Amino acid sequence: MKNDLNPSVSTVALFIPCIVDASYPEVGEAVVTVLQRAGVKVHYPVRQTCCGQPAYNSGFRKIAVKAAKHFIEVFEKAEAVVSPSGSCVHMVRRHYPQLLCQDGQWRDRAEVVSRKTHEFSEFLVDVLGITNVGAYFKGRVTYHDSCHLSRGLGINAQPRQLIGKIQGATFVEMDDSDRCCGFGGAFSVKYPEISACLTEDKVKNILATGADVVVGGDMGCLMNIEGMLHRKRSRVKALHIAQILSGANI
Amino acid sequence: MAEIRTEHYRKAARIAVKDTHLHNALRVLQDRLGKGALAAYQKLPEGPGLRQQAHHIRKYAIDHLDILLKSLSEIIQRRGGHVCFAKDGTCALDYVLSVARKHQVKSVVKGKSMLSEELGVNVALEAAHIEAVETDLGEFIVQLAGDSPSHIMAPAAHMTRDRIGRLFADKLGIPFTDDPPALTRAARRALRQKFLDADMGISGCNIACAETGHITVLSNEGNIRMASTLPRVHVVLMGMERITARLTDHDILLRLLSRGAAGQSMAGYVSYIGGARPSSSEKKYEDGPDEFHLVIVDNGRSRILADPDFREILYCIRCGGCLNTCPVYAKVGGHTYGFPYCGPIGAVVTPLMVGIERAKDLCLGETLCGACKDICPVAIDHPRMLLALRAKLAEGDPEWNVTSKHSIESAFYHLWGYFIQNRNRYDVALKISRILQLLLPKRSGMVRRIPPPMQGWTKERNLRPLAKESFSERWRRKPKDRA
Repeated sequence: MKNDLNPSVSTVALFIPCIVDASYPEVGEAVVTVLQRAGVKVHYPVRQTCCGQPAYNSGFRKIAVKAAKHFIEVFEKAEAVVSPSGSCVHMVRRHYPQLLCQDGQWRDRAEVVSRKTHEFSEFLVDVLGITNVGAYFKGRVTYHDSCHLSRGLGINAQPRQLIGKIQGATFVEMDDSDRCCGFGGAFSVKYPEISACLTEDKVKNILATGADVVVGGDMGCLMNIEGMLHRKRSRVKALHIAQILSGANI
Repeated sequence: MAEIRTEHYRKAARIAVKDTHLHNALRVLQDRLGKGALAAYQKLPEGPGLRQQAHHIRKYAIDHLDILLKSLSEIIQRRGGHVCFAKDGTCALDYVLSVARKHQVKSVVKGKSMLSEELGVNVALEAAHIEAVETDLGEFIVQLAGDSPSHIMAPAAHMTRDRIGRLFADKLGIPFTDDPPALTRAARRALRQKFLDADMGISGCNIACAETGHITVLSNEGNIRMASTLPRVHVVLMGMERITARLTDHDILLRLLSRGAAGQSMAGYVSYIGGARPSSSEKKYEDGPDEFHLVIVDNGRSRILADPDFREILYCIRCGGCLNTCPVYAKVGGHTYGFPYCGPIGAVVTPLMVGIERAKDLCLGETLCGACKDICPVAIDHPRMLLALRAKLAEGDPEWNVTSKHSIESAFYHLWGYFIQNRNRYDVALKISRILQLLLPKRSGMVRRIPPPMQGWTKERNLRPLAKESFSERWRRKPKDRA
C-alpha cells in the first residue's frame, strides 16, 4: 500500500501494555503488522515492563514512581513511542509529570517522554495521517470507547475513522458506547459484584447491535468484556482495533 | 451529625446490584437529567468551555473565603439579620434550637438542604418536640416513609410510584392511587396547611453573594420560596464554601447549576434573600419573616480547605450532576454510600468529613471512569482526588489520621515494584505465574475459577489465561521477522 508516512517519524518504539505482553501477545503482533504496513520501522525495547498504572491506581505512588522511572529510562531516547492502550498512554501523559514533580530533573524527563507517547489509533490517524490501512473484515463491528482513551485522552473519532475504512465491515454504534464497562483495574476484583453489574450492561448493549465483534483500544476492558461474553457462551469476539486492522485470522 | 454507615458500602452494594427497580429508576433519571445536562452545555451561547470559567470563579471564592464570608456577614448584620459562624454540627444545632426556643417554635417547614441532612437537623428538632416538615416533594415522600434521601436533586428516586401511592394512602388517608399528578396534588394539599401553620422556615443556601450580602435559594417547586417567606422566622443553613464574590458570577454559576442539575436553562424559582422584613417608618412592609438568621457552617470544611490536594472539592455547588452520570451510582444507589453525600461528590467529600479509613470503600469502590469530571458544571476533577485519597490509604497520612497498613496488597505491590524494574526478573515472575496457572480449571482455553483474593472476577466472568509466550519472548525469539 501507498506509504503516507509522515516524514518526521520513521521509527517508533513500541510500548506493549503488561496485559498484552502477558495474555494477548497476538495483539502486539497485530500492532507491529499494521505499523510496518504503514511504512514505519518498529523497534521494541526489550527492557520494558509496565507503565506502573496498577500500583498508581491502588495508591502505591512510591512504587509507581519506580515503574515510571524505568519506563522513562527505556523510552526517552525514542523518536516516538506508540502503545496500543489508552490507559497506559493516559498514565504516561497525564500522571507521569505530576508523579515525578518533586524531582525537577525527572519531571522534565517525564514531560519529554509524555509529549512523544501516542496511542495506536491516534498515531495512525493524527501523526501518520492514515485512515485506510488496507484492512478487510466481513461482518458487523461495534466499538467500545474505553474511559481513559475517550474521556481521558479525547480519542473517539480516530478509531471510528479507521474502522470506517475496513473493507467488508458494517459498523454499528452500540448504545452508551462510552459508558464504563466496569473493569476499572483492581476494582474488578475488589468490588466484583458492582463491576460485573456494569459489564452486564455493556454486554447487553453489544449483543443488541448484532455485531460479530466488539473492538476497542484497551485490553483491560476487552479482557473484562470477553470474559463475560465467553461465560455466556456468546460467539461475539472482543478484539483490539489493531487485530481487526491487521486482518489477522479472527 | 447524620448517621454514618459508610462501613456498610460493600454489603449494601451487593444487595443493591440485584435491585432492578432501582436500576430502572436511576437509568431513567440518568438518561433524562445526565444526558440532558451534557446536551445543555453544548447549547450554551459561550459553549461548554464556560465550565472552566465557572471553575475559576469557584477557585477564587475558595481562595478568598475569609474575606467573602466577612463581607456577607457584615452586610446581613447591617440589615438587621443575625449571623452565626458554627464551627461544627453541635454549634449549628445549638444555635438553631436556641432560635426556635426564643420564638416558641412548634413547627418548622424545610426547604431541601443537604447540609441539614449532614447535621441531622430534623432529628435534633424532633428531639426538642418541634415538628419539622420537608416541603420538597421528594424529601416529603422520603420523610413520610421514614427513609433517607438517595439523590441530591431527586431524593425519592429509589421509590416506585406504587410504593409512594401506598405510603400516601396510609399516611395521608387518601384512596390509593399511583398517578403522579394525583399524588402531587395530595402532597400539595397536605403541605399547604403546614406552610401556613409553621413558625419557622429552614432553608439551605445555593450560592451566597459576598458583594451584595445575599443568600440564594433555587427550586423548581417554589417550596423554598414559600418556606422562607411565610413563617415568622427564617433560618438559613449554609456550608461555608457556598459563596461567590460578585453578583455577576451568579449569571454563570446559576446557569450552569441549573444545567448540571436538570438540564434546565434556569431553575423555576430563584430567590435572593438578604435579611428579614425591613422595619421602616415611611413604608409598611407586609411580606417576609420578622427575623433572619444565617448559620455559616464549617464542620470539617476548613480542614479540607487547608489541604491543597482536596480544596477543589469545595468548589462543588451540589447540583447532583455527577450522580446523573456515574455508572457505579446507577447500580448501587444513594443509600449504599452511607452518608448524605453520595455518588462521585460523596466518594470524595464523605471520606474527608467522616474519616478516610472509615469511608475507604467510597473512594476505592469507583472505576475512575471520569464521567463525573465531564458533567460537573464547575469542572471539578473528582478522579484526581479519588486517586489522592487512595494514595493516603496505601501510604498513610498522619494529617488525615490514616495509618498505612501492612496488608497483602501492600506486600504484593512492593514485590511487584521489585520485579518491574528489571525485565529478567519480570520474566521470572511471569514464568512462575504460568506454572501456577496450570492448576486453574479452564473451559475452551479460558480460566473458569481463580482462587482468593481474586475469586470475585470468575463469579460471573471467565478469564483469558497468560499466554504460553509473552509478546516480549516471541519478539526476542523471532528477530529476523522484524524489519
